[in-house]
Amino acid sequence: MSEIKKIKNLKEFSTSADRFEGANLLCPGCAHSIIVREVLNATNDDLILAASTGCLEVCTAVYPYTSWDASWIHIGFENGSSAVAGAEAMYKALKTKGRLKQPDRVPKFVAFGGDGATYDIGFQWISGCFERGHNMMYVCLDNEVYANTGGQRSSSTPIGASATTTPAGRISYGEKRNKKDMMAIMAAHGAPYVAQVAPNKWKDMVAKIQKGFAAEGPVYINAMSACTTEWKFAPEDTISISDLATDSLVFPLYEIIDGTQLNITYRPKNIIPVRDYLGAQGRFKHLFTKQNEYLIDEWQARVDAKWDYLQRREEASV
Amino acid sequence: MADTIELRDIEVWDGNMAASQALRQVQVDVVAAYPITPSTPIVEGYAGFKANGYVDGEFVMTESEHGAMSCCIGAAAAGGRVATATSSQGFALMLETLYSASGMRLPIVLNLVNRAIGAPLNVNGDHSDMYMGRDSGWIQLGAYCPQEAYDLNFIAFKVSEDHDVRLPAIVNQDGFMTSHTAQGVHTLSDEAAYKFVGDYKPMNDMLDLDHPVTHGVQTEEDWHFEHKARQQHALMTAVIPKIEAAFDEFEKLTGRKYNLVETYNMDDAEVAVVCMGTSVETAREVAEEMRVNGVKAGVIGIRVFRPWPLEQIAAALKNVKAVGLLDRSSPHGAMGALYNEVAGSLFNTDTKAVLTNYIYGLGGRDLTKAHLVSIYTDLKANADAGKVTTPLQQYIGLRGPKLSFF
Repeated sequence: MSEIKKIKNLKEFSTSADRFEGANLLCPGCAHSIIVREVLNATNDDLILAASTGCLEVCTAVYPYTSWDASWIHIGFENGSSAVAGAEAMYKALKTKGRLKQPDRVPKFVAFGGDGATYDIGFQWISGCFERGHNMMYVCLDNEVYANTGGQRSSSTPIGASATTTPAGRISYGEKRNKKDMMAIMAAHGAPYVAQVAPNKWKDMVAKIQKGFAAEGPVYINAMSACTTEWKFAPEDTISISDLATDSLVFPLYEIIDGTQLNITYRPKNIIPVRDYLGAQGRFKHLFTKQNEYLIDEWQARVDAKWDYLQRREEASV
Repeated sequence: MADTIELRDIEVWDGNMAASQALRQVQVDVVAAYPITPSTPIVEGYAGFKANGYVDGEFVMTESEHGAMSCCIGAAAAGGRVATATSSQGFALMLETLYSASGMRLPIVLNLVNRAIGAPLNVNGDHSDMYMGRDSGWIQLGAYCPQEAYDLNFIAFKVSEDHDVRLPAIVNQDGFMTSHTAQGVHTLSDEAAYKFVGDYKPMNDMLDLDHPVTHGVQTEEDWHFEHKARQQHALMTAVIPKIEAAFDEFEKLTGRKYNLVETYNMDDAEVAVVCMGTSVETAREVAEEMRVNGVKAGVIGIRVFRPWPLEQIAAALKNVKAVGLLDRSSPHGAMGALYNEVAGSLFNTDTKAVLTNYIYGLGGRDLTKAHLVSIYTDLKANADAGKVTTPLQQYIGLRGPKLSFF
């Protein structure tokens, strides 16, 4: 069992063990790079990484360059999970056969994918990996849209967001369906650890990543990744938008252990209205009109109901 | 350590068991697979070996064929011996990742038990899946019987894993006709089989923790062409000599001789058919019978479908007057693939051979000796006339009215 890395403060954390280089092509203000650094910097152990096709992949491995100072693989849009699962299977085989080159070191296996790769096209592969119990972590960089292809809706896009395939228009308020509950779905696989994280709450995030690395079996991390380009806010506002998301409880931070024990890990001191979160982003701009304003009230009601549900589950310890 | 099995010199195996035993003997590190008729017994057999301690690699039973090949790619990039098996619809589902495996230059051996592709759904043998993979960058070897399915697996691992090659390889065998037909198979001992293929030698392995590697990069118009050109270069220059060397070494070990192009009665042949899979054996019998009736008939079996042995095909057909190209896959709006490939191989040569195309055996329809007699009779007429006297493309063994084109 490897030692849990001790992290004193943000400054030390943000500069420790940089295995993801700042030299990449992600948009200024993209939360992906913050999340990836927080995941990678949470451990000193060796890492075997995979990424599905998407923003992270196309921005970090453009030949002849790479931003990765750890072994990394990309195959396609849907199969980052299976790529790392295959590598994990090979690790087990070579361990059994005594052919590991560094037998004393135990690498962690991590796959990254966007919400398109996770909630939609790669869902089957992830489900397969979790059912089979590979010792791996899957991190969804959830920016609620197909950002790499220019802003089409995914099954993570929330109601009322304007996306290029569900645009707000004269007679439409944009996306009509509620965001898929991946946390519940992944917990239902009986995964030992499932957690929702946000990069602005970095201590909460590091604690969860380290718990995930310590768990035996498949771990799912749903990481909110505020998208300056598609959510339409200024690049310097990524963290403040993320604060609005976590403090309005639009994006509650919690974990589910062994598929049953739900713990809320962050309770905002001052819960802010959902309206403030929506109002800070261009993708919801059209909601602030007379004909659509009722949707903001519905949003608030949904967020309240979910928060109530999470608290009841936590109290009931189920 | 996995236990060994004392095989008899000759075992009665079908093609699936032969392939499964080969995977056991080369001690594959990771098999990731998904069941599909008629290839399923290969991985069932492997699972049985695993359950009884005869292999100590990992067996990953995935949620789909696409997931299976995705795991194979991850496992191969991690650095070890990898194999899988599939057929038909499963191969079609894998297709995207087949290009990934070859483009990433990863050695993987895929036993492809050939089967028709729906619609209409059909579980029986034809070469639609083999043809679907022909531009995917994989080496493709073809077996005509269980013995060859066994032998060619060893060749496939040896060539695929060679550091000058580093390309995945498919071993084709006909669904049911080979995969489920038990015949005597001359075996290698576990030790000899493993020794022939040798230890896996990793290269750019992700699990070498001191040397991180990036696999599966993005290249656009600046570098994509060069990557694909390197891949083609390896297929066109490295693979054929390596296969020939492996065939030679295998002959020394077993006495069984394989060739890129298998010729039968070709020395003085005036007419010949070119085909693949079990049809080669039927054609050899019929060619023999045609000779009794005064027709100088020969047979060419394609052993290596990719890379295409262009020069060897041209040489083998140099003096033939009429050639029938037998395609076991619907060309869907064109001449059959073998017709086009062979015509392309002969076009700039001095041959005056007349070429005709026969589509046969789709969805497992039998190719009978009578069908082959009719084909040879066509070819003889063309050879005597020195020109095409029959339709360029004919459907053979079809129910109802005859179907032909051009």
